[in-house]
Amino acid sequence: MTTTSTVPVKSEVQTRPRLDIARAREDFPILRRMIHGSPLVYLDSAATTQKPELVINTISEYYHQTNANVHRGLYALAAQATDKYEGARAKVAAFIGAAASEEIIFTRNTTESINLVAQAWGLKNLKTGDEILVSEMEHHSNLVPWFLLAQRTGAVVRHISILDDGTLDLSTWNERFTDRTRIVSLAHVSNVLGTINPITELAERVHRRGALLLVDGAQGVPHMAVDVSTLGADFVAFSAHKMLGPTGVGVLWGRRELLEAMDPFLGGGDMIRTVSMTGATWNDLPWKFEAGTPNIADVIGFGAAIDYLEATGMDQVRRHEVELTEYALDKMRALGELEIYGPADPQQRAGVISFNHRSIHPHDLSTYLDRKGVAIRAGHHCAQPLMERLGQNATARASFYLYNYRADIDTLIEALQSAGRFFGRR
Amino acid sequence: LDDGKNDIELDALYRDTVLDHFRSPRGQKALDRIDLKRDGYNEDVAVNCKGCVISVASASMLAELLPGKSREEVLRLAEAFKQMMHGHPPPPGLDIGDLDALEGVKNFPVRVKCALLAWMTLIEALQDTEESGRPEDKGTTTE
Repeated sequence: MTTTSTVPVKSEVQTRPRLDIARAREDFPILRRMIHGSPLVYLDSAATTQKPELVINTISEYYHQTNANVHRGLYALAAQATDKYEGARAKVAAFIGAAASEEIIFTRNTTESINLVAQAWGLKNLKTGDEILVSEMEHHSNLVPWFLLAQRTGAVVRHISILDDGTLDLSTWNERFTDRTRIVSLAHVSNVLGTINPITELAERVHRRGALLLVDGAQGVPHMAVDVSTLGADFVAFSAHKMLGPTGVGVLWGRRELLEAMDPFLGGGDMIRTVSMTGATWNDLPWKFEAGTPNIADVIGFGAAIDYLEATGMDQVRRHEVELTEYALDKMRALGELEIYGPADPQQRAGVISFNHRSIHPHDLSTYLDRKGVAIRAGHHCAQPLMERLGQNATARASFYLYNYRADIDTLIEALQSAGRFFGRR
Repeated sequence: LDDGKNDIELDALYRDTVLDHFRSPRGQKALDRIDLKRDGYNEDVAVNCKGCVISVASASMLAELLPGKSREEVLRLAEAFKQMMHGHPPPPGLDIGDLDALEGVKNFPVRVKCALLAWMTLIEALQDTEESGRPEDKGTTTE
């Protein structure tokens, strides 16, 4: 795809073939901020990541130089905007190894992508008594859309339990997966436990029985190389804002024949081929699923985020996070005051560590740490069934990305020690 | 460089009185039967609250303050505490017990809901009682 923009965004990544992860932090302006008088230590990337200058500038440049609606105008700006928007789609397709750009649907977020499948595939294909299989570690966004679908179709939602080490209890698979199971929907990586689920192995079991597999990739695609041509999933949902891109952009990847057989999700402009006063026919993929003016600027900004990740290399991102997770787990265990959830082996998990202090509630811990400049998450992390399984109302959670270093973990550990003294005083 | 101010505000949030209520909460009893009188005075108050220092301490202070108070007095107290969380001092002469130790919460806006959790639950229960004669059994959480 060529672009004729007069002021192309000068992409640093074009001149630097491989970004040095040790210097990534310099590319994120927000990480130079002070919070309550201390340098910001941002440990909540599982909620949303910070954005590199490249992404911020790309969005700003778009509004300065290229803004126009896509897929319609017959003038230069509209053509340039369309090229950039569709160019970002091609980048996403290449990033995840999709067979074609047509398989990439832009939505608002992972949640909307899952709802799209639940409605557009589910309403058409599920009948009373059919079964949807999820797991106990799912985010609410991979549970509630299926509950809604079950209510409307009479289908039933069943689940795979988890073991104490935070992995799926696959010994229950044969009992929970039945002849009525039509779709299995699983997180690639748990947003609470960090557990990496064995998607490819499970995909084989699912397909052998003629069901479909949706992968909630919100915590997977941003943190490790994901290739949909070998993953084994039929649908993958993920969000731009958890991988250096802006909020307001999600992706649904699906196998072309499945997407083609599905009815539209939302109706309106852009998704039609013809409309008369008696009905309408649908546009081709991917636009069939993109009703109305899309989030053009942020999709283009997401394209820049992908450039940045490609230039860094997802293998390097993953290595960096495993090393950081191992370092953090060792230091956190050594404190002796924390209960740490999820798999013990850093190779089996992503850079997400949920924990509880033996005597400090996560809300109090988070308030205290914030005053030391350390941003962590506290709460149920939109995973109430998992909290119940863990026997907790809430947990604290520290999560990492390519711009975090050992020094951030050291600051976290010091702040945790100081919190222990503060709340333990008599 | 701001650390002095942070420590002062953290100390003001987690005062010794507050930590004491958190460690030994008053009125912790099972809530298997909820009975809120329409007119008369509360004799016994049971609170069942699990959570952070602020929410547990506030519920404990509630349990300490309520016995012997009428419905109107309880509502007046709840309103005064709500106002306090938004930076307005309680009306002079109103006995707010240990609640003044929670004044520091106003510097932590995201924690105001923790301080108000037990009180909002109580107000809802009183409203339900007025409407239907008995409170609805519903768990309340800050999230």
